[in-house]
Amino acid sequence: MKQLLTGNEAAAEAAIQAGCRYYYGYPITPQNELINYMSVRMPQVGGTFIQAESEIAAINMVYGSAAAGGRAMTSSSSPGISLKQEGISYLAGSELPCVIVNIQRGGPGLGDISASQADYFQAVKGGGHGDYHTIVLAPCSVQEMADLVYDAFDLADKYRNPVMILGDAQIGQLMEPMEFHKKPQKNLPIKNWALTGAAGRKKNVIKSFYPVKGELEEFNAHLQKKYKMIAEHEVRYEAINVNNADIILVAYGTSARICKEVVKKSHRFEFKVGLIRPITLWPFPTDIIRKMSEMVQCILTVEMSAGQMVEDVRLSVEGRCPVHFYGRTGGGVPTSLEIIKKIAEIVPDNRVAHTLLQLTEVK
Amino acid sequence: MTEKVILAGFGGQGMMLLGKLLAQAAMTDGKYVTYFPSYGTEVRGGTAVYHLIISNEEIFSPLIEDANTLIVMNQPSYQKFKGMLRPDGLLLLNATMIKLNDPPDARIYKIPATEIASKLGNVLVSNVVMLGAYLAIKKLFSADHILGQLHAILKGKKGNLFAINKQALESGMQAIKS
Repeated sequence: MKQLLTGNEAAAEAAIQAGCRYYYGYPITPQNELINYMSVRMPQVGGTFIQAESEIAAINMVYGSAAAGGRAMTSSSSPGISLKQEGISYLAGSELPCVIVNIQRGGPGLGDISASQADYFQAVKGGGHGDYHTIVLAPCSVQEMADLVYDAFDLADKYRNPVMILGDAQIGQLMEPMEFHKKPQKNLPIKNWALTGAAGRKKNVIKSFYPVKGELEEFNAHLQKKYKMIAEHEVRYEAINVNNADIILVAYGTSARICKEVVKKSHRFEFKVGLIRPITLWPFPTDIIRKMSEMVQCILTVEMSAGQMVEDVRLSVEGRCPVHFYGRTGGGVPTSLEIIKKIAEIVPDNRVAHTLLQLTEVK
Repeated sequence: MTEKVILAGFGGQGMMLLGKLLAQAAMTDGKYVTYFPSYGTEVRGGTAVYHLIISNEEIFSPLIEDANTLIVMNQPSYQKFKGMLRPDGLLLLNATMIKLNDPPDARIYKIPATEIASKLGNVLVSNVVMLGAYLAIKKLFSADHILGQLHAILKGKKGNLFAINKQALESGMQAIKS
């Protein structure tokens, strides 16, 4: 049965249904509906809900529950996620599975409470110290928010790695019809590494400290091998209208919704606009973007930031075609009209540009 | 069909619920719908605005730039959001609380919603009076369909509020017909 829920509520309920029984959070707009929902639902399913004294406390409580083998989650918004970075680095270094939801708001600093995608670097490049990656999933609808939360718990357990859901204020606050229809994945590895009491068995150790010379390098090699495997197997993206496209848009989350509108409107243009929407931001869909770059006139990356993902697009393209950028910051959400105007500006053919501009004036 | 509605009033006037009833009705009708509330800094008495889009096709941006309909409950909200209405759009305003000195280029309906609700015995149902008026004009859903949604929301202790909400809906529809 379809329900009308906010992205925040959908994320919370999906986590419960995925078997998450440990949630720790600290309030911050625009993700308060998530923590509020958890405060009501967790006791109903016999789980643990704690409104921690701070974001730092919350992420370290996640560490504890994850070390004991539970499905654990925390959520926050940009400034709060910054506070959690030390904990996330420790979780990655201790190979502990967990899910972290970031409902991004404007920054830097306290910023504002409106939608933003300016935490991309922090999410995909590590954020905390050390050579590590979190798997980063980017939903663009309330339905996909729920679906990706299920997947996040499975991916976390499969690879013993933190997974981040990178949403934004719009996805968090938006209400859309959605359904809970996914079952947790079967055949996940047994957590025989968890700290469950060592009576009758060899003790388990969860740590991220390797003081003996050489041990840490060996452990890092193991981590890198794992990240390589994740990059080989877990890349996800949506490709729309890309066959014979003249220009490819690359956008994720809320920006991708607007780009889909541009693709739809472009059926009236003389040249074809396609869209690659990364669903995993790490691992990044490098191969498909590289492939596209050999076939199109140019690529336009659209973000609600000053230009962050565009760097990964350029690294994928490696100069094979021009890569342009259109972005809004500080709560600005791009409109389809703005994007079409940008396309008109960058297409190499003047006649096409002229037609596009006329179309935008007519609306 | 794509209907873009901006709902605005002061916090506590029930715009959130009005939009949610329409969104639920659209969802159960199998339509695409997005409902984007203002959030965070709004307080009782402050201005609250909601973006509601109902369509037969996939909805991309949930943010409205050119509304087909503006339902507005008080003067500050009207001043703030009147610019979002298309020139040929529908302006549905709470005449008890809004004075139009300079009527815009729009189809204008003035409903004394607060006054009607007060006469029914509960000023809080002024939002449902507006909903009735809107239904009578746009006819997106039947009164029964909306009453079904109301029934689902007014469960338990709130069950006794159904009767007055039904009266409010009918009074709103009547205000347009007469």
